[in-house]
Amino acid sequence: MRAASIIRLKRTIRLGLKSLWVHRLRSLLTVLGIVFGVCSVIAMLAIGEGASYEAQEQIKNLGSQNIILRSVKPPEEQKVSGNQSFALDYGLTYPDVKRIKVTIPGVTVLVPGRLIREYVWNISRRVDCEIMGTVPWYPQMRNHPVAQGRFFSDLEMEQGASVCVVGAEMAPALFPIESPIGRTIRVGGKYYRVVGVMEPRAKGGKQSEIPESAPGGAANRMYIPLTTARMRFGETLMKRRSGSFEAERVALHEVTVKVARPEDVTDVALSIQEVLERNHQKKDYDIIVPLELLKRAERTKKIFNIVLGSIAAISLLVGGIGIMNIMLASVTERTREIGIRRALGAKRRDIIVQFLVETVMLSGAGGILGVVLGLTIPYLVTFFSEMKTIVTFWSPAIAFSISALVGVIFGLYPAFRAANMDPVEALRHE
Amino acid sequence: MSASSIVRLENVSKTYEMGLVTVQALRGVSLHIQAGEYISIMGPSGCGKSTLLNLLGCLDRPTSGRYLLGGEDVSQMDDDTLSSVRGARLGFIFQSYNLVQQMTVVENIEIPLYYQGRPEHESRARAQELAARVGLGERFDHRPNELSGGQQQRVAIARALVNDPLVILADEPTGNLDSTSGAEILEVFDELSRQGKTLIMVTHDESIAHRATRTIHFRDGIVESDVRH
Repeated sequence: MRAASIIRLKRTIRLGLKSLWVHRLRSLLTVLGIVFGVCSVIAMLAIGEGASYEAQEQIKNLGSQNIILRSVKPPEEQKVSGNQSFALDYGLTYPDVKRIKVTIPGVTVLVPGRLIREYVWNISRRVDCEIMGTVPWYPQMRNHPVAQGRFFSDLEMEQGASVCVVGAEMAPALFPIESPIGRTIRVGGKYYRVVGVMEPRAKGGKQSEIPESAPGGAANRMYIPLTTARMRFGETLMKRRSGSFEAERVALHEVTVKVARPEDVTDVALSIQEVLERNHQKKDYDIIVPLELLKRAERTKKIFNIVLGSIAAISLLVGGIGIMNIMLASVTERTREIGIRRALGAKRRDIIVQFLVETVMLSGAGGILGVVLGLTIPYLVTFFSEMKTIVTFWSPAIAFSISALVGVIFGLYPAFRAANMDPVEALRHE
Repeated sequence: MSASSIVRLENVSKTYEMGLVTVQALRGVSLHIQAGEYISIMGPSGCGKSTLLNLLGCLDRPTSGRYLLGGEDVSQMDDDTLSSVRGARLGFIFQSYNLVQQMTVVENIEIPLYYQGRPEHESRARAQELAARVGLGERFDHRPNELSGGQQQRVAIARALVNDPLVILADEPTGNLDSTSGAEILEVFDELSRQGKTLIMVTHDESIAHRATRTIHFRDGIVESDVRH
């Protein structure tokens, strides 16, 4: 009985294919709505998922228990600074760090950092680099491990030793063949011994929400002890600007504050803001709370998903209505055929199955086409724009089953209409 | 007489509600048809012969009265059972052939067997055999629009025979045909009658009606005359 009905279904499917094939163009146009619906759902989900993954990776790299303070050049100074001869003084200071450490409970570790933009040389090879003066516990704090060798030690920090750790991106540029560990590189007139190479950073897209370094920073990073940086480069930094020099005096470019308990992060951030506000006349600093950003990113993603869901629902609804419309037309057009089949022994059920199978095949084929297109588009997007896209395995599955479901739902009415025709009337239909 | 009746109508009436007007298409028709009879039904249009054919073909149910087909009361059957009865026990031949356009000759002939759930290889062989028998041996895979009217009507005849029905119902089978192909079709009917098939044919044409063994005249929903030749 069961096998018989499967064979029967197979024959019905063949029959349906045949009558869809007779009107190939019409069938294709009918399913376009479903095709684009399914395709856009998969493609948009993949792009959205990729973007939010990237953002979350970056935020996670900053550390969810961290608060990052950055020196920012106050905007009102920017205009006058061009023809001012004195050095511009702004940003976070050592007293700031001390105050935060002393006054705010719950702060465990502080990582100050200074950034100097310089060329780094290995004999004749040159790399434009951002040199960061920092503390030995920087890697643990920023979830950025050392790949090769080691980070500089507490002792080296104390001594102001001429050692450095180079970023993964710049290591091959300076040392294409040999291992950089143990080699020396030159910055200006000073030499540094390379003791380690960092892991590559999760690739931040160009549209990255949180810049890894100050705006205009180089892609390459090199780390030296903070003490060394103070000794070698002093407090005043010279910047070349079209025709003139610009001096800046910035004590610390960046301070990372680690909070003991993640739930305190928001409160500590507020306290830090209060402390800084009291001691800075201008807002020459920026407070970044990765946890807040993470939460915001998740909220954005949720909203994005809701919007996406509604677009998908609407497009599939429109697609479904399109299919229903054509199926109703098809039922009317084939009234005579329905009458013939009924006269020759087809039960109502047989007619329902016949039309339902046709509709489901239409929307299913549309779904498959949509899935294929929807899988191609993210691939092309990644290929041409280097944006990360992630196709989750469930998105094509869901999109496809919804399209099949649309076929059933929107196929039922035309099928019942066909089945409920009076055979006598249907036979007389012209 | 009644024991071997293949078709028995007992005081069958049929009324239609057309808006506010009630039309009485059949008013108490009683009719017995024996196996192997070749019957022509005549009458002016609106006399109820189409209604009668629809009732005989189980496409419709009588308003009152009983209809026994092969000893089985079909007048109170539900829609599904009636469909099975049509598929298994009746053969239809229409004036306008009523073939499914997108299907081939053999596929058209197969339709009744398909709905009875017969396996495909069996029904395919049977359909081909019948197509050959009505002279379409070389046109198995043609579609109806590639055939002449006479050939299409032959396909319809083969289709009506495929399920080995108790009764074959024909509604003006030569109405759309030229006289030559009409004559050929009627010869097929004569042949079927000689083979012992039960045929019921509605016609306008007196000369066609005379080929039958029995002619029933209808007028205003009742039997006017019932003549055996």
